[in-house]
Amino acid sequence: MVTTIQLKHSVHKGAFHLDVDVSIPATGITGVFGESGSGKTTLLRCIAGLEESSSNDRRPVHKRRIGYVFQQPQLFAHLNVRKNIEYGLRRNPDRGVSFAGVVRLLELEGLLDRPATELSGGEAQRVSIARVLCQAPELILMDEPLAALDERRKDDVLPYLDRLHAQSSVPIIYVSHNIDEICRLSDHLLIMDNGRVVADGDLQSTLMLLDLPQLAGRNAGAVIEASLSRYDPEYDLTLFRFSGGELWVPGKFDSDAVRLRIAANDVSLTVVPTESSTILNILPAVIDATVPESGATQLLRLKLGEDFLIARITRRSSQKLQLQVGVKVYAQIKSVTVRL
Amino acid sequence: MEFGPLWLSIQLAIITTIVLIVLGAPLAWWLSQTQSRWQPVVQAIVAMPIVLPPTVLGFYLLVLLGPQGTFGGWWVQLTGDALTFSFLGLVIASCVYSLPFAVQPMQSAFEALSKKNLEAAWTLGASKLDAFFSVAAPLSVRGFLGAVVLSFAHTLGEFGVVLMVGGNIPGKTRVVSIAIYDHVETLNYGAANRLSLLLIGFAFVVLFGMFLVNRRRRSW
Repeated sequence: MVTTIQLKHSVHKGAFHLDVDVSIPATGITGVFGESGSGKTTLLRCIAGLEESSSNDRRPVHKRRIGYVFQQPQLFAHLNVRKNIEYGLRRNPDRGVSFAGVVRLLELEGLLDRPATELSGGEAQRVSIARVLCQAPELILMDEPLAALDERRKDDVLPYLDRLHAQSSVPIIYVSHNIDEICRLSDHLLIMDNGRVVADGDLQSTLMLLDLPQLAGRNAGAVIEASLSRYDPEYDLTLFRFSGGELWVPGKFDSDAVRLRIAANDVSLTVVPTESSTILNILPAVIDATVPESGATQLLRLKLGEDFLIARITRRSSQKLQLQVGVKVYAQIKSVTVRL
Repeated sequence: MEFGPLWLSIQLAIITTIVLIVLGAPLAWWLSQTQSRWQPVVQAIVAMPIVLPPTVLGFYLLVLLGPQGTFGGWWVQLTGDALTFSFLGLVIASCVYSLPFAVQPMQSAFEALSKKNLEAAWTLGASKLDAFFSVAAPLSVRGFLGAVVLSFAHTLGEFGVVLMVGGNIPGKTRVVSIAIYDHVETLNYGAANRLSLLLIGFAFVVLFGMFLVNRRRRSW
């Protein structure tokens, strides 16, 4: 049983150098995050064999058993949905993939006889994912599969990616410049800058690396694994429990284990506990690290039980309340995003 | 009514078209995909027959294919027959003459294909050859259709090259354009007129049919 996948690629294209040598878990989703031009796509193309690299893998593209989901679905316009999905299946028979199972997973039953040219963006991307699953890949590469879709259409595809994550054992490398997608989908995180991997590790701890510019600004935030405690029908709130306490989240959730994303901008601090606040979730925490930002603000890393949060506060408040490492505070959490 | 020359022209056009599609498609594919610095050179050579007068092409083909020529001499040694003033010689000459008309439509169609679409096919387990036949070719049908129409029509209408290489041997090299010219030379305007009308009608029917098919495809 292979438990890690070794990625070792180096490419020189004009002024751009890609130099990657990391190993990633052979299960779950590995997110690759970075600015455009940081080499994310080039890395995927090297893995797939679409780009010449110094890797030891000399097999031609079609013998690699690596699925590739492109930003645009790249469906074959002369074939209908069924034939598109069967394209990979026919070329990789006897691998025990169930066409019906894949179609069910992506809920494409009603679209099979449609021409590939008559699909919405979200439907087309679902078909392209089904097509890749049917080839029974050992590894799936996804290159910004949602980037070409508008916000509403993203929600047509994201639930299926969640489902794929939960039900499939095929490892996925997911490239995106959108931190929300990365936090929602990945278990492991690689951060790329200028052709190099600047950080890699499990999602939660990598997000805590406050000094990385890729994780600054709007992207700063934490992810917490939590379990369902109970639902309060009177106020339509669900209570989740994690190592640092309990969190109320609006709405009803059925899943036992969830992932909560809390952005740094949604966390504020008080030194004394307050009962007279409209904020639902106020949790005791200890300041674990502080990192200055350019301008008025700074980031604080807070420890709550075994988990961490990130808060963005002004340097002025920090000075006034004398917020230093080791100080006990109360984190007021304004908003939580839930991933089932 | 003499159908011989027209039938010979049609045979020549069909065979030339088939040869040009089979040989022209790989050439068009290479021209559309290669990064080679020789691409513009090959592209220019392929386009030459468009600019050159048929007499220039015909002259050099005559020299090359003739029994004293490199290729023609070798052919005589191999088969005992001369290529010049033979039907096979006409086919070779027509292929050279109509080459750009077959290559260019196919090349444009191949160039319009999305590179990523082909890459998708490769990553799904298709070899490059497989991807050509299963993705590139079906998506380039209009290019192939254009190549067929143009090479067929161009071969049917050629005169100069045929005259230089094939001469005027009834049943062998006396194609319809030569026959018409012959009738005019001998002031037999009636026969020239009949053959010409026949050719006009036939050309129209073929082109109309092709474009009708093309139009249907578009509305599929």
